[in-house]
Amino acid sequence: MSDMYRDLILEHHRYPHNFGTLDPHDVSQEEHNPLCGDRIRLDLRIVDNKIAEVAFSGKGCAVSQAAASMLTDELIGMDLDQVRQYGKAELLELIGLPLDKNPVRLKCALLSLKALKVGVYRYLGQHIETDDLD
Amino acid sequence: MIKAPFDVATIRSQFPILQLPSERPVAFLDSASSSQKPEAVITALSDYYRTTNANVHRGVYQLSEQATFEFERARGRVALFINATHHREVIFTRNTTEAINLVAHAWGGSNLRAGDVVLLSQMEHHSNIVPWQLIAQRTGAVLRAIPIDSQGRLVLDDIDTLLQGVKILAITHQSNVLGTINPIAELTQKAHAVGALVLVDGAQSVPHMPVDVQALDIDFLAFSGHKMVGPTGVGVLWGRKALLDAMPPFLGGGSMIKTVTIESSTYADVPARFEAGTPMIGEAIALGAAVTYLMDIGMANIAAYEHQLSAYLIERLDEVPEVTWYGPPVGADRGAMAAFSMTGVHPHDIAQILDGEGVAVRAGHHCTQPLHAALDVPSSVRASCYLYTNTHDIDRLVRGLSKVKQLFG
Repeated sequence: MSDMYRDLILEHHRYPHNFGTLDPHDVSQEEHNPLCGDRIRLDLRIVDNKIAEVAFSGKGCAVSQAAASMLTDELIGMDLDQVRQYGKAELLELIGLPLDKNPVRLKCALLSLKALKVGVYRYLGQHIETDDLD
Repeated sequence: MIKAPFDVATIRSQFPILQLPSERPVAFLDSASSSQKPEAVITALSDYYRTTNANVHRGVYQLSEQATFEFERARGRVALFINATHHREVIFTRNTTEAINLVAHAWGGSNLRAGDVVLLSQMEHHSNIVPWQLIAQRTGAVLRAIPIDSQGRLVLDDIDTLLQGVKILAITHQSNVLGTINPIAELTQKAHAVGALVLVDGAQSVPHMPVDVQALDIDFLAFSGHKMVGPTGVGVLWGRKALLDAMPPFLGGGSMIKTVTIESSTYADVPARFEAGTPMIGEAIALGAAVTYLMDIGMANIAAYEHQLSAYLIERLDEVPEVTWYGPPVGADRGAMAAFSMTGVHPHDIAQILDGEGVAVRAGHHCTQPLHAALDVPSSVRASCYLYTNTHDIDRLVRGLSKVKQLFG
């Protein structure tokens, strides 16, 4: 438990990075977790196939909000091919939470990643199966 | 401070899961979701598989006759438990959800017409909303909901208007979130006055208080075994025999027929008509043991004890200023549970931290999205008690909430 609420997570929850919305934007994708009602909206501005600006908004638990905060920090400057490669393993390493045995909270952590993947694939006119992110 | 009409320590000793060796035994406050099981029920279930296992209503051999006898005896116990006039009025289903679906489809499918109204309430569990939506889509019936006030009680000022055109009132006896105990007898009188039937979702009431179908004068009652110290996989639909007799089958298959040709079939009498296929024999027998267990303690005694737990739970939650709990104030119409929020902390985080402290609660919308929309919160934490809950469990909940404040403060 204490692992789940280590200082970094609580810090990002209290003072989220890149919180807000972008207008105009190239990508705006909202995802929600029907189990807990959490919502995350992720906005991106894309220049030369790279993420130039990013913002997230929404409501949710400390885990989903902190994960979104940390993920958005990672995204700035990332090119879209890298986004396509970026997955669950990378996110879990980034946030450093022991979620392998906690599938319910895993969904919380993955919500922003799902918004990212769905949004970017849609921007590229491609389809993505998100079963492993649900 | 709390004087139970029975010895809670003895009750707890009868539940193996509460006796597990552990440095920090779990304070189990999620009984509204599913209760723990006493030794008597676990033994009944395993004894069936060890000594009596055979299919029912089929074999001419002794083992099958014995299984049938035990299965039907469980039906009789359940009938006695809810004061049904006849054991044939008790249909074994998988759970409350299936029982409501059975009525929605079998009764609703043949009695609802376009424009007919199904009256629900804002505080219903999804299991008493979605089956009616499915049948409404098929029949053209419309759904209407009795609103709730800020204390989580039904607003009945306009009930006469709400009841216009209603063919069935499908309503929960006790809210699984607010703990509100609804005035079923009074509502039934009003519904019957306009010719509407009444289905009661008893999932949260039957385990916790005496429920007498004749005294309430209702038409259908649905409840689950696993919330009343019984096993999962078995629930009950009780219905008035005349209504059940007139209903077409819900599921087709073995056991529910009289004669079958390739072209058509004739159907068995109730309850067999609504019990297609091999039933949950062991689970039904174990439910019979659960009912016996509860009746030996006495439902009135359980209700009296839980009423005190309810008061204690609210009193202790009131000591935490960041907590907002939902539902009516402590009184006769509030069960021993509390859904609550805490300023600035998401329910999932609260539940997770409580879990770390050995306190098991539920976080989420508890299958009541329309209710949470009315409360204007996306989700909540729910602590719910049963006959084995003690004040120590509630004290540990409140201590856990201090930990939440400490982390998120």
